[in-house]
Formats: sequence, C-alpha cells, structure tokens
Amino acid sequence: MLEFLTRLFSRESSSSKDIAKERLRLVLVHDRAGVSPQLLQALKSELIKVISNYMEIDESGLEVNLESNDNQVALIANIPIKQMKRLPENVVSTL
Amino acid sequence: MGEVIVVTSGKGGVGKTTTTANLGVGLAALGHKVALIDADIGLRNLDVLLGLENRIVYDLTDVTGGRCRLKQALIKDKHCEGLHLLPASQTKDKTAVSPEEMKKLCQDVAQEFEYVIVDCPAGIEQGFRNAIAGADKAIVVTTPEVAAVRDADRIIGLLEAAELRNPKLVINRFRYKMVQQKDMMSIEDIIDILAVDLLGVVPEDEQVVVSTNKGESVVQDERSRSGQAFRNIVQRIKGEAVPLMNLNQNGMLSKLRRIIGLK
Ligand SMILES: Nc1ncnc2c1ncn2[C@@H]1O[C@H](COP(=O)(O)OP(=O)(O)O)[C@@H](O)[C@H]1O
Ligand SMILES: [Mg+2]
Repeated sequence: MLEFLTRLFSRESSSSKDIAKERLRLVLVHDRAGVSPQLLQALKSELIKVISNYMEIDESGLEVNLESNDNQVALIANIPIKQMKRLPENVVSTL
Repeated sequence: MGEVIVVTSGKGGVGKTTTTANLGVGLAALGHKVALIDADIGLRNLDVLLGLENRIVYDLTDVTGGRCRLKQALIKDKHCEGLHLLPASQTKDKTAVSPEEMKKLCQDVAQEFEYVIVDCPAGIEQGFRNAIAGADKAIVVTTPEVAAVRDADRIIGLLEAAELRNPKLVINRFRYKMVQQKDMMSIEDIIDILAVDLLGVVPEDEQVVVSTNKGESVVQDERSRSGQAFRNIVQRIKGEAVPLMNLNQNGMLSKLRRIIGLK
C-alpha cells in the first residue's frame, strides 16, 4: 500500500523539465564542441577505414554519437562486427 | 564616462526590449542619467515600449551617417526625467552601420550619460556584432525553455570570444507553479547548465502586457511582481546585494504579506 502511494505521488518517471534538461545538455555538448553532423560523418568514415584494416564491420549499423550523463560527456561508438580478419603473423607482431 | 551595457539573448521574443526599457526607466527613476540605444535596426520597438513613437525625428543611422548631431537624435522621455532614447532607423538595412561606428557612438553617448543600455536584435549576425561592439558589460536574457537557453549559451560563448567576459543572466517569464510541477526548468537548472552569474528572475506577468499597451513600464508599477523584479535588478546593477524576491505568489506567506502591504 505504501509502495503504491509513493509510486503514485512521486513523479520519478521523467518530468517534462527533466527531459528538457537532458535534451539541453546534449545539444549543448554538440554546440560547445562545435561538433557538426559533417564532422561526425568524417569521424565515422575514418573510423571505418581504420577498423576495416583489422576486422570486417557492418558499416550500415555503425553508430557514433556524443552522449552526456552526470556531467560526463562520452563519445559512444557502436560498431557491429561481421567477421574478424585473419591477420598475417607479422602485422599482429607490430601492433 | 558612463557604463555601456548591452542586453542580448540570441533568440527573439524572450524579453530583451522589455528588459532594456524597464532597466532604463528604473535607473532614471532613481535619478540617474540614462540613454537607451535601440540597435535593432529595421525593427524598432523600444520607442513604442516607452511611448515615444510619435516624437522621432532622427535615428541612429542619421547620427552614424553624419546627417545630424547626437543631441538632435536623442529623445527625452515624457514621464521620466533623465531618460533618453536613441531610436533605431526603421527603413535602412542593418548593414548601414559598422561595429566601428557603433563603438564610437557608444563612447560619445557614454560621455553624457551614466548608463547607456543597448537593446540588441535577435540573431548572431551583423546586428548582434554592432550592438555589442561598444559595450563594457553584457546582460543575457533567457526564458526557461530549451531553445532560449541553448541560444543563450551560444551568445555567452560569442560574448566571451569578443572579450565581453562574465555576462550576467536574467531569467524572464518564470512560472513558479510550473517549476513546482516539474514542468519548467528551475533557476538552479539553468544556472547549472549555463554557468554564469544570475542578475535576476522576472516572473511571467500579464501586467507587462498591460503596461506595454499604454507605453509605460512595469518597473514603475509599485504593485506588480515583474516590476518588483526589475526594481531589484536595477539595484543589483548599481552594485547592491538584493536577495531574490519570493517567486511563489500563491504561498500563504506572500498572500498575507500582500494583504498587509509588505512586498
Ligand atoms: N515577464 C513577462 N511576462 C509576460 N510577458 C512578457 C514578459 N516579458 C516579455 N513579455 C512579452 O513578450 C513579448 C516579447 O518581448 P520583447 O521584450 O519584445 O522580446 P525581445 O526584445 O527579446 O524580442 C512581448 O510581447 C512582451 O510583452
Ligand atoms: Mg526586441
């Protein structure tokens, strides 16, 4: 019963102000860093180039985004791998 | 030599012109010599807010273009001794003035007045660069909305890049009840995000519209809450430490206070 009441009265599920704040945080991360969609696209292309040297990735599923939570901003990349490449011995040893 | 303060925001419609008019009238009402410069060229508003729209002969670009002397273009306010307006031109295009000309103009005006307040146009282009060119200090106006705060952040960055450091923030159209219901960002939320000093918080108030209709300023309306907020900001501009007013207009205590005539 108590639990029901607290759930009823606490508006823990994001209030519209919390949503506003979170959206604002994220948009400011982009604004302040001057991160344009073009820049992210360029970053993506380069990432694909570099990673493709080592593994076969699913380019269409690649996601690169800036995210913020609790005053921390992170570059989050989600890179689905199709297959690891079989690397020649000598390449591995220079890594 | 007076102080030149620019009132800016990035986003339109957040209350720059309202703030400029009220701070000007508020400062003049305390006996200061104040000049307001309308830098929103092509979209002049400040004259209407002050009820001076019928008295304009020359405007800002007439002064910078050398078609008249500064003294001829400055309009004396009807109600408020010590308050003067340099209106924007309504017809000329925004590129009619350069930042260098604005800087010179602000310096000239500051020779004659204690406070020079520049009403900035919306946007971040030439009109903005002109408006801030001659300023010593900046006031950034925002409302508690995502788009307005975002633009304020952008403006703060541009001000700092232009060596106008430590701009002060005015949060306008604040609604205590919505904040209570967690449907509007709080003062703390906004300050936390923008990381600037707070100059004041002005509540949403119908009285702003009523005063504006009449060409008057709420700051002179003793009973209005937004007027009180602007009077507090005026004190803070003068360097006095005034605590934030109670923004909860429906609280028992503030109702009681209003009934017995305390604000
Ligand atoms: N605190 C307030 N309460 C209610 N209305 C306001 C308030 N501040 C400004 N307004 C209204 O908002 C509108 C835009 O204000 P204005 O000062 O012209 O903005 P800006 O100069 O930034 O474009 C005007 O109609 C004005 O009357
Ligand atoms: Mg305006």
